[in-house]
Amino acid sequence: MLADYSILLISAILVNNFVLVQFLGLCPFMGVSNKLETAMGMSMATTFVLTLASACSNLTYHFLLQPLGLGYLRTIAFILVIAVVVQFTEMVVRKSSPLLYRVLGVYLPLITTNCAVLGVALLNINKDHNFLQSLFYGFGAAVGFSLVLVLFAAMRERLTVADVPTPFKGAAIGMVTAGLMSLAFMGFAGLV
Amino acid sequence: MLELIAQYPLLAALLVLVGMGAVFGALLGFAAVRFKAEGNPIVDQINDILPQTQCGQCGYPGCRPYAEAIANGEAINKCPPGGEAGIQALADLLDMEPIPLDEEHGEEKAAATVAFIREAECIGCTKCIQACPVDAILGAAKQMHTVIISECTGCDLCVEPCPVDCIDMIQEEESLQSWHWQLPDPVTRQVGIIATDAVAVSAQDEAA
Repeated sequence: MLADYSILLISAILVNNFVLVQFLGLCPFMGVSNKLETAMGMSMATTFVLTLASACSNLTYHFLLQPLGLGYLRTIAFILVIAVVVQFTEMVVRKSSPLLYRVLGVYLPLITTNCAVLGVALLNINKDHNFLQSLFYGFGAAVGFSLVLVLFAAMRERLTVADVPTPFKGAAIGMVTAGLMSLAFMGFAGLV
Repeated sequence: MLELIAQYPLLAALLVLVGMGAVFGALLGFAAVRFKAEGNPIVDQINDILPQTQCGQCGYPGCRPYAEAIANGEAINKCPPGGEAGIQALADLLDMEPIPLDEEHGEEKAAATVAFIREAECIGCTKCIQACPVDAILGAAKQMHTVIISECTGCDLCVEPCPVDCIDMIQEEESLQSWHWQLPDPVTRQVGIIATDAVAVSAQDEAA
């Protein structure tokens, strides 16, 4: 039981890393990785949203869509559920904890419409995960995302001061680095 | 109802989506009213502590912009008019360690001052009026200017632009509005004899 869940976590974090192996959520990966600080904020917001989204979409699917035989509506239904849950949470956090809002605030709406979030929700259904498994899978995906985002941001901070040939400056060297990271993460295949 | 849905599966899809939309819309509408946030409350609290001189010595165009900057992580030791007491109050509010005043932004004044225009020398150039952040200087071009003492925050910003140097920063005269009860000085204060000592003192006197 415990082994199952730890395997699920390791698989989501390293082996099937959402960014570098499944290529989901690439826009925040390239977009907010210029500074370590913003990358941290984004990571925390993503962890929060991904876990919440996979739990909510799992409930929606098993208690609303499946009984009515409306499984084919899951994409649009999940988009709706995730957007509402995140928006609602943002309002509550803003009112109840200004400190937490300062950390997560701007990143919450940014990550809501991300493909990684919807990807986790849909993959949970495809893989027939139960509620707890979805929760772990979502959390693992988020930890994996955070891991590579923070690593990548640290590398890009060093790249800005590195002596890069002119044609490769900026986004180009970022893409090359991301590709090399992806290659490195492919090495985890076969770990579990 | 269920038969109808079984007969027309499309109807179920429509109902579910419309229902979800309606429920979520209601939820968000309720949340918007119930969890309405009134701006950023911490900024208002910081702004209340700042002295409202609007002097700009912190490098921001006024006290409120500096309050917003503090809320976003700016250092709390850039306000000379607030002085050490202000820093202490900010540190208490934000749960931080109080740090000494940043000398770069000026020194704390010993006492509150107000601007005073030596009116005979004023040439009516209006430069001090433009410099004043709180509109405390009254006057017009080629007319003598004067300071509304109750509005002046003592920020020194009008001293610099005056071409004839006719503005002094003077200590405000004590008036009914500005008078405070003199607090006893804790260092030099003599502790008098308290009631229970009186017996002992009189006993000593008798012995002598």
